[in-house]
Amino acid sequence: MGAEFVQLSLAPLVIGTLAAVACALPGNFLLLRRQALIGDAISHVVMPGIVVAFLITGTVSTGPMMLGAAGAAVFAVAMIEAIKRFGRIEPGAAMGVTFTTLFAAGILMLEQTDTSGVHLDVEHALYGNLESLIWFDATGWASLIDPVALTGLPAELPRIGIVAILVCALTVVFWRPLKIATFDEGFAASVGVPVATLGFGLVIVAAMAAVAAFDAVGSIIVIAMFICPPAAARLMTNRLGNQVGWSVVFAALSAVIGYVAAGYGPLWLGVTDSVSAAGMIATVSGLILAITALAGPHRQRVA
Amino acid sequence: MLKTLSPERVAQVACAPLKGGDLGPEATDAALTIRALTVSYGEAPVVFSVDATFPAGSMTAVIGPNGAGKSTLLKAALGIVPKLSGTVTIHGRPVEEARALVAYVPQRASVDWDFPTRAIDVVLMGRYRTTGLFRKIGKSERAIALDALARVGMSAFADRQIGQLSGGQQQRIFLARALAQDTPVLVLDEPFAGVDAATECTIFDVLAGLSAEGRTVVVVHHDLATVPERFDRVLMLNVRKIAEGPISETFTPANVRATYGGKIGLSDAIDWPTRAA
Amino acid sequence: MSALIEVFSLSAGYNAAVVTIGSALLGIAAGTAGTFLFLRKRALVSDALAHATLPGIVIAFMVMVSMGGDGRSLPGLLVGSALSALLGLLLVDALTRHTRLTEDAAIGAVLSVFFGLGVVGLTIVQTMTSGRQAGLEGFLLGSTAGMLFGDAILIAVGALVAIAVVFVLRRAMTIVSFDPGFAQATGLSVRAIDIAIMALVLLVTVVGLKLVGLILVVALLIIPAASARFWTERSDWVLLLSAVFGGTAGYVGAALSAVAPRLPTGSLIVLTAFALFAVSMMVSPHRGVLAALLKRRRTAIRVHRRQGLLALAKGEMIFDAMTLAVLRRDGFIRADGVPTQAGAAEAAKALRDEARWVIAGRVLNEDALNLRVDVLTPLEQTFTPDQIAAIDAALQNPRPA
Repeated sequence: MGAEFVQLSLAPLVIGTLAAVACALPGNFLLLRRQALIGDAISHVVMPGIVVAFLITGTVSTGPMMLGAAGAAVFAVAMIEAIKRFGRIEPGAAMGVTFTTLFAAGILMLEQTDTSGVHLDVEHALYGNLESLIWFDATGWASLIDPVALTGLPAELPRIGIVAILVCALTVVFWRPLKIATFDEGFAASVGVPVATLGFGLVIVAAMAAVAAFDAVGSIIVIAMFICPPAAARLMTNRLGNQVGWSVVFAALSAVIGYVAAGYGPLWLGVTDSVSAAGMIATVSGLILAITALAGPHRQRVA
Repeated sequence: MLKTLSPERVAQVACAPLKGGDLGPEATDAALTIRALTVSYGEAPVVFSVDATFPAGSMTAVIGPNGAGKSTLLKAALGIVPKLSGTVTIHGRPVEEARALVAYVPQRASVDWDFPTRAIDVVLMGRYRTTGLFRKIGKSERAIALDALARVGMSAFADRQIGQLSGGQQQRIFLARALAQDTPVLVLDEPFAGVDAATECTIFDVLAGLSAEGRTVVVVHHDLATVPERFDRVLMLNVRKIAEGPISETFTPANVRATYGGKIGLSDAIDWPTRAA
Repeated sequence: MSALIEVFSLSAGYNAAVVTIGSALLGIAAGTAGTFLFLRKRALVSDALAHATLPGIVIAFMVMVSMGGDGRSLPGLLVGSALSALLGLLLVDALTRHTRLTEDAAIGAVLSVFFGLGVVGLTIVQTMTSGRQAGLEGFLLGSTAGMLFGDAILIAVGALVAIAVVFVLRRAMTIVSFDPGFAQATGLSVRAIDIAIMALVLLVTVVGLKLVGLILVVALLIIPAASARFWTERSDWVLLLSAVFGGTAGYVGAALSAVAPRLPTGSLIVLTAFALFAVSMMVSPHRGVLAALLKRRRTAIRVHRRQGLLALAKGEMIFDAMTLAVLRRDGFIRADGVPTQAGAAEAAKALRDEARWVIAGRVLNEDALNLRVDVLTPLEQTFTPDQIAAIDAALQNPRPA
């Protein structure tokens, strides 16, 4: 657990944890608003957004890609709303129409464009590449206070770090109106909470978290972290504050256990090759949900 | 902790400098004024050109058949759903500036009672305009909430998760939240739907107390039999306003028939305030 | 272009022809199965189901390899996918039934976790085959490239079976989807039919995996049904139209893909389906967007006209810009806002109509009142002269005996 750990595993662990937490926080409110699958829809349209950004700018720089992905998320949400409102189609079907179509369009554009030589492919979009986020410049724990080595940290780390802090800050600042509007939209509007703006803001924050996490870990984790930790947390407590707290713990646990199991599990089993960390993190979050569903203190509705 | 609403307090919250000057003589004694309010969801209007005045201190039942636009009228008046046209003032001020003057109690069925929160937290939501985003919820806020719970007989349930409460208890929590808002005007959407007899009594008593304090109470109501004894005014609605006024003049069999359709079985249980019919 | 014509006319070789026909049949099956799902408001259950196939595909591959096969046999992979999708479905059901989680959360949890597990499996398979392509990635996005003739036949037969099941059970499924309460009352087992519907959806999903891919096969179940709903309120027509839309999407998508094998079949099919959806949503005369916008605009004008006339009749000032514009356009007021003769007459009529409406309930029974579709329609168009005479009599005599 020395130099090798710091060089190979520290950055992915921290990035994975931050990504998980950034997604789980807005996930709590989406879950309670019966919009859990908005997270699913958003993570499907991130990839088309990035492709469009690439087609427009012709480069694979982070700024445009993040903007493209965020733009796609907003577009998807607007499209779902439009289909729901103007087409009077139920929310589930409206989401289904939207994200499959945008995803299909994204795939088609990807195949049509010459993205060879560009780090853009479907599998990367789905699984991410957590394992490749290596801190080459690290020589050991001492590197954490070495300014030169620190500049060599994977660029994904500061990005997801900033987004995670921003998501936390927004959750804290808007805690009360979010809680009121999530529980009782009519009352919230009557006391002057801007419910429509707040609802849209929540989706934007979710999209932002999804984009930053996607960049580092791919879309599977994004969907899993939006839903599984908050769902497991709901079964642990009957207080919103505690639920959000539990969800953060579960998200971090999933990231750490999942990463370690993916990297070292096969070694312990005597196999040399590791398995997908992103897939493993999603799997662990599912196991946590399974445990809370079987034994969580507040797993059932009380009549 | 909830003070009785003194005339000074009404003056303090309601008559702070009016924007746009004098709104005419009726502005001073009308708590809630609705003018030519029309609501439409893209099709034929569900509320058409309704004028209504709710005098300060009155207790009004809003009645009408299903789909008559009772809830929609009040939601649009409070800016919760958009209106096609019309103006609404609360104590002479436009609704957007008068949020602190009105407490709204939505239909119980409109929220998810499995939400992870306790009864007292729901009541504390009523203090949002005071506490805002950050102000600490201190002893005084908590005392107001506990007092409101006591007034609806729910003190023992403060720490219960709201999903564990019966329908009647949930409705009382909603009323307690409105009490905690401490506003001169209260608007309640079907507060008696699916509640037990004890709760119905409690709610009526609390509302009567509020009215006696000089607060204005507006209730979307279904049970015609309780209208004459419990309310002093009635607004009869069937997309259009059919009639409005004091119970003794307005709550007549003819008007009820006009509101609900001519052949409604008018129950013998109704104690008509007038000799007509 | 000639290649396109060849494919569309099914003369571009056996394989392409069978794939195109199979794909059209799949579209028909998905369109009908999806209609039931859509009407039961459970459209996204299919999303969980589709994603949940991945671990089954991977495990089936591993099992077949460990048994000495090459692992790529389509029937074997489809059996594996069906089993794991079934497990996913049961878990969605268990989570909703036994915990306080709602169905959308259960769907999201199952789809993400099963997919994650599948991806873990895929990385293991990559190791097992050490660089040799196992081709399982084709199940993610669908691919007709390199499809064996036997595979194409399997898909076509599977789709035919699904269509046959729909045909046999269509009445019961339709009743349960449109009106479960009535179904229960007539003695139909709603639960049994629901299970049959889910089994059908499972069959369509599994058959569609190779063609459309597991991420997009849900589109085939959702989009045609949602498109069909725009055109009709009748259940049998929704079913038929949905089948037509699904079949068209499958046929056109697969044919395009045969011409351009590099393009993923799934995308082409889904985008074709969406094109049909978008057109339906815009132009449908009953529920379409354009119709709704027109209707909204018309309603707004009627409301403003009536309100303006009432204000004129009562001598009130009008401030609303749209009201003034409507009245001016109709020639009811002059440019300076003074009512014209026609305006004054129309205003008096509107006022009388309002008075009649308010009192109409007193003399008419509930049924007659509920018949009126629109409160702005002049009474003459809603009620008979007798009824209006009765209303006017009541107006003369405000306190009936």
